Amino acid sequence: MIELSGVTKSFGSNQVLRGIDLRIESNSSMVIIGGSGTGKSVLLKCILGLVAPDGGRILLNGEDVTRAERDAFLARFGMLFQGAALFDSLHVWENVAFRLLRGAQKRPKAEAREIAIEKLRRVGLGPQVADLYPAELSGGMQKRVGLARAIAAEPEIIFFDEPTTGLDPIMAGVINDLIREIVTEMGATAITITHDMTSVRAIADNVAMLHRGKIRWTGPVSELDTTPDPYVQQFIHGRAEGPIEALR
Amino acid sequence: MSPAAPIAALGRATLGALAAIGRIALFAAAVISHLFRPPFYPREFLNALIQIGWLSLPVVGLTAIFTGGALALQIYAGGARFSAEAVVPSIVAIGMTRELGPVLGGLMVAARVASSIAAEIGTMKVTEQIDALVTLSTNPLKYLAVPRVLAATLAVPVLVAVGDSIGIAGGWLVGVNRLDFNSATYIKNTVDFLEVWDVGSGLVKGAAFGFIVALMGCYHGMNSGRGAQGVGRATKSAVVAASVLILAANYLLTEVFFTS
Repeated sequence: MIELSGVTKSFGSNQVLRGIDLRIESNSSMVIIGGSGTGKSVLLKCILGLVAPDGGRILLNGEDVTRAERDAFLARFGMLFQGAALFDSLHVWENVAFRLLRGAQKRPKAEAREIAIEKLRRVGLGPQVADLYPAELSGGMQKRVGLARAIAAEPEIIFFDEPTTGLDPIMAGVINDLIREIVTEMGATAITITHDMTSVRAIADNVAMLHRGKIRWTGPVSELDTTPDPYVQQFIHGRAEGPIEALR
Repeated sequence: MSPAAPIAALGRATLGALAAIGRIALFAAAVISHLFRPPFYPREFLNALIQIGWLSLPVVGLTAIFTGGALALQIYAGGARFSAEAVVPSIVAIGMTRELGPVLGGLMVAARVASSIAAEIGTMKVTEQIDALVTLSTNPLKYLAVPRVLAATLAVPVLVAVGDSIGIAGGWLVGVNRLDFNSATYIKNTVDFLEVWDVGSGLVKGAAFGFIVALMGCYHGMNSGRGAQGVGRATKSAVVAASVLILAANYLLTEVFFTS
């Protein structure tokens, strides 16, 4: 279980997170929604330790993440980045098996390659892709490789940062289905940030809405459409009019 | 404008410069400390060695041959004023090995390598590849900076040695073909007057310049701003900082090596 209490983060005078309180149960899929610039990515990076929060506490199974041993802590996580963040100079299979080729989880090269090809197959990519470079793949294929890399070491917790951004609706649907299947199959805890309401409905068990650096609403996805919260209603229906100010 | 404003601006600039020097010093110390601590990344080191050393050979060689030739012409013209044309071979050799080989080699490598390292690492930062490294339990400084800094520190002295040889050969070519030196005499004069420390000091300078070049490339790349403009600025800063530091380090090393 991941628990955040009173998490704050500022960049200069810009207060991005203003006291986040959120609880994410193990083996569940939490989707965090919210407008651009509301601090969703910063929140994920705070949990991962990529950005140090200014205040508050983040606990993973009761342990303060800032005191955890870094390598062992990070080994529990997988992350799919918005732009996939594949390493250009490495073959696709080396990207997928990155963690398995070095560090504490190092395996023999042949075994790591075999696992990478199996993970590529899991995300719908054939073995012929393994020896290509990321630049030779389409955006959708890169996302799938990023997903394969995120699950390669079978992490307990997987983060998805805007998994469908920049993809056509069909490919977005494929990625959403893959995420849902993989999370269920692996019994992992998933945290996704997205603007894409189709993704929310496909992926989420629970939803949290971030607004002005605070959790505005949280609840099961089944209650998303019925909640009376005007902020949530404006956001999920994409209305220009409402309490959330839209710059024009 | 307040009369104190220029002083305040000067103070801000000085504090900014000191802070930057401090950050670079801490970065350098972190890189050096990681040189001796596992994990090591031999594949990244070999890649960097090829990129920095092998692929810089043509540009360093071309720079050296033209510099050696021009140096021979200049020394001959200058020496003719006091009937000292015969010093051409020895001065070309000493000039190339002590100064021009390492400095011009270092500057050419700075232009080619510091820019490419800064652009590559800056782009990795902008596209979240550096964050991805962290989430994959890999220290970006250790994975990206340490192999490049080590490779440059080892490769640039070799480039300098090759550049010295090609530069001296350039001087010999001009001396024999344009200035009517006897080939055997030219070579004998070069060998007789050249001392081991002339070459050795240039190689030590080369190692220092290689360290500076890769350090600046990595530092500016890892501190790159956002977007294409941020990467462009990081690249420019890396080349400028590396070039200036090479010239400053060259002066300091020359003071240390050649003044008693």
